[in-house]
Amino acid sequence: MASGIDIVLQGVLLGGLYGLFAAGLSLIFGVMRLVNLAHGDLIVLAAFAILALVNGLGWPLPLAVVVAAAAMFVVGYVLQYVVLNRTLGRDILPPLLLTFGLSIFIQNGLLEAFTADSRRLSAGDLETASIALGGGLAVGVVPLLTFATAVAVIVALNQIFYRTAMGRAFRAVSDDPVTAQLMGIDNRRLFALAMGIAMVVATIAALFLGIRANFDPSIGPARLIFAFEAVIIGGLGSLWGTLAGGIVLGVAQTVGASISPEWQLLAGHLAFLAVLLVRPRGFFPRAID
Amino acid sequence: MRDPVTIAAAPRYRVEVRTPLSTAAAVAGLCVVAALVALPWYAPRTALKDMFFVLTLIGLAQCWNLLAGYAGILSIGQQAYVGAGAYMLFALSIFLDLDPLLSIPLAGALAALLAIPTAKIIFRLNGAYLAVGTWVVAEVFRLVCAQIKSLGGGTGTSLPADVTSGAASVRLLADLMAVRAPVARDILAYWLALTFAVGIVAACYLVLRSRQGLALAAIRDNEAASESIGIDRARTKFWVYCLASLGAALIGALVFYQTARISPAAAYSVTDFTAYVLFVVVIGGVGTIEGPIVGALVLYALSCCSACSRSPPCCSFRAACGARWRNASTSTCSRPAGGW
Repeated sequence: MASGIDIVLQGVLLGGLYGLFAAGLSLIFGVMRLVNLAHGDLIVLAAFAILALVNGLGWPLPLAVVVAAAAMFVVGYVLQYVVLNRTLGRDILPPLLLTFGLSIFIQNGLLEAFTADSRRLSAGDLETASIALGGGLAVGVVPLLTFATAVAVIVALNQIFYRTAMGRAFRAVSDDPVTAQLMGIDNRRLFALAMGIAMVVATIAALFLGIRANFDPSIGPARLIFAFEAVIIGGLGSLWGTLAGGIVLGVAQTVGASISPEWQLLAGHLAFLAVLLVRPRGFFPRAID
Repeated sequence: MRDPVTIAAAPRYRVEVRTPLSTAAAVAGLCVVAALVALPWYAPRTALKDMFFVLTLIGLAQCWNLLAGYAGILSIGQQAYVGAGAYMLFALSIFLDLDPLLSIPLAGALAALLAIPTAKIIFRLNGAYLAVGTWVVAEVFRLVCAQIKSLGGGTGTSLPADVTSGAASVRLLADLMAVRAPVARDILAYWLALTFAVGIVAACYLVLRSRQGLALAAIRDNEAASESIGIDRARTKFWVYCLASLGAALIGALVFYQTARISPAAAYSVTDFTAYVLFVVVIGGVGTIEGPIVGALVLYALSCCSACSRSPPCCSFRAACGARWRNASTSTCSRPAGGW
């Protein structure tokens, strides 16, 4: 019994990480209907950026994360403004091809710059610290922190969306881009801003990815798949749904892993396909698309 | 009121099914195919291997083009069928000891059967989400194959020698052409690749000329309008998906017959069987028959250039892949219809 609770608990906490991966993806899909196939690789890029600042310049981890987040914001803004905005339109092929290409470009670029070695971010004693819950249960501090951050990020994003002028513009553009432009909103700048924010979230995800496990230039696509599964399970356009999707995925994976380590990924994917069979639009769909 | 004389004098329509250019292209095409059939007699073995690469790429690209360019099914998971075909081939060869001439088509057909239940699931998604759904399916196939211990599990396995160089068809070919068995195997694989590539191109051409092809073109141009004139969109997409998966599975079985070594990571490689294929189709031009052929030749030419440009070939090749992708990406940006 205790082990059953333990498995579900660890799964929920793992779901927090997947929710973080997926939040940025969900955000940019919600605002501009863009499916970013390079999202996983951008997370890995952010992880390497933090690593470079910590190892290369000897900065403390928190400072490195803040600077990397700022840098990733600029990367996202420029990427969207200069490149991706051109591909948005009725046809979904150009943005998909472009981001798929970008994904391979980033992977190979990171491979050239950082080699194929597995790396990790060091968080000192925090990495192995845990809190005992009694009854033989314990949770790691890092997973708990990951989950709390995921919740905080989603609360913050929702605040931006529903409490600020920028958020109102986001929602307007999302509902009807043409009318929004008539009201004096500059779509192109707004899309760039949304991508910038998504990249800040990606940097936060990268921090926990790097502390929790090893990463190397090739792991981006797998993170992207998890993020997508979380978004689709949760329902398109709903941030809390995305976190719920991440939790479903995380629990499926830890249950799978408890049967056999080989089953971890497979169980996650099968849970995703099962949800598709039962509810093709996910659990909490907001957007119609 | 209209004058009846002007109606009679209005220009008549002339239906042209053949132009001098298309006739010339057909003749040239036949000459090229004839020259390619005879290649083993006058070209070195390395040329055969290079052409094998180009031909399999043309086959895969043509299948993907049929999916994305005509049916509007944006799949980034066709490696699922490449890998499934390859694993079926290894299963048939290792467990049943079948001759490659028999087992390669059979493996392709068996793997394509998997497309039927898969299509039922993934066609619940649309557009970009369908793309990711196909990718998840490919991952599921890969992870399942990694569980099959008798086919090497996660590390993979090799084809037994009596199926590769020792197969009856290979030995017969070796005797007929008076070459060693490994050479005969390369020639056999090359001819099969040529057959598949020409067969797939011809099949695409015939499909597009048929009633179903008209339906496909209508779907490509406007999905909603095509449905309003009575096209069953779901059914058309379904059989196109199955057909394209059959093509990918046949090529997959063939590629890994030639390699004679399989592992889940190699057989279900996104880079080799989707990224390259996308590159080829995009550079060549999405939604045309000749696009994938042109694209495959461009990719081959580029990989030749990049192979000799820098000293560590492996790393320059990888970098070139990245650079190439950049080119492909920018070209989609500036010329959404492709370079062709």
